[in-house]
Amino acid sequence: MRPDVDTTSIKVGDEIPPLSTPPISRLTLALYAGASGDHNPIHVDLDFARYHGMDDVFAHGMLASAYLGRMLTNWLPQDALVSFGMRFVAISHVHDELSCSGRITERFEEAGEQRARLELSVVNQHGETKVVGDAVVRLDP
Amino acid sequence: MIDPSFIGFRLPVHTQLVEAGRLRFFARAIGETNPVYLEEDAARAAGWRSLPVPPTFLFCLDMERDNPYDYMDTLGIELGKVLHGEQHFDYYQVACAGDRLTFDSRITDIYQKKAGAMEFVVRETAVYRDTGRQEPDRLADLRSIIIIRHR
Repeated sequence: MRPDVDTTSIKVGDEIPPLSTPPISRLTLALYAGASGDHNPIHVDLDFARYHGMDDVFAHGMLASAYLGRMLTNWLPQDALVSFGMRFVAISHVHDELSCSGRITERFEEAGEQRARLELSVVNQHGETKVVGDAVVRLDP
Repeated sequence: MIDPSFIGFRLPVHTQLVEAGRLRFFARAIGETNPVYLEEDAARAAGWRSLPVPPTFLFCLDMERDNPYDYMDTLGIELGKVLHGEQHFDYYQVACAGDRLTFDSRITDIYQKKAGAMEFVVRETAVYRDTGRQEPDRLADLRSIIIIRHR
């Protein structure tokens, strides 16, 4: 798939187009539980969450990951993606408004391809980091 | 404490059919607006065989097995204490609606931090795409780390 963006001029330090998402609601979590197949009650059942010492239900880490995935595939076609990793550093709560960003940290050649490494992050409306991640993309798919 | 002898434990292999309706449901649930992930025509116009499986959905397809929490049950882990710590994907191909994917997982590490207050279980999953030929294609590798919090 041919990217819509000019990947030849990409350089270290460049930011890719960010993605902001609406506040997480209980409906967001219910729909994500159903659509993802992750029915762990801690994300949708307040009684279960409280029983296990949480104040409220909270978002699936993979919901924030899916937002990062949307940011990446809005930027480049999906077959440009070589690897994608993420570490969940804090829980995302109901009413959190998550924003995704990505920055090029390295350009290199591997397997005969021009590739770039990115650092990724998800923060909420208070600037609290929820997810940090990295991805490698091929620039000449 | 989780028995470290479970390192190397192989989970039951399972195969899933990628369903277009489910991909659209997932796309809506994550607020996707890119038509490539919502409309068959847009996907084909962009060069895909059908709706592509978005980057994180392989993790979800792996949860379509009979009991997605099976290994937690086997290892004696209480679901309510589990947090997702890390997730990693290596991609070799993009799957599309209509594909049949096979998931083969092993527990590859078990360790603890903070004097046992937090335990970690690492699971690695190889994903194959059925091509109709004898040898399936390696589609992706997944690595998942869960954290079990003890208070």
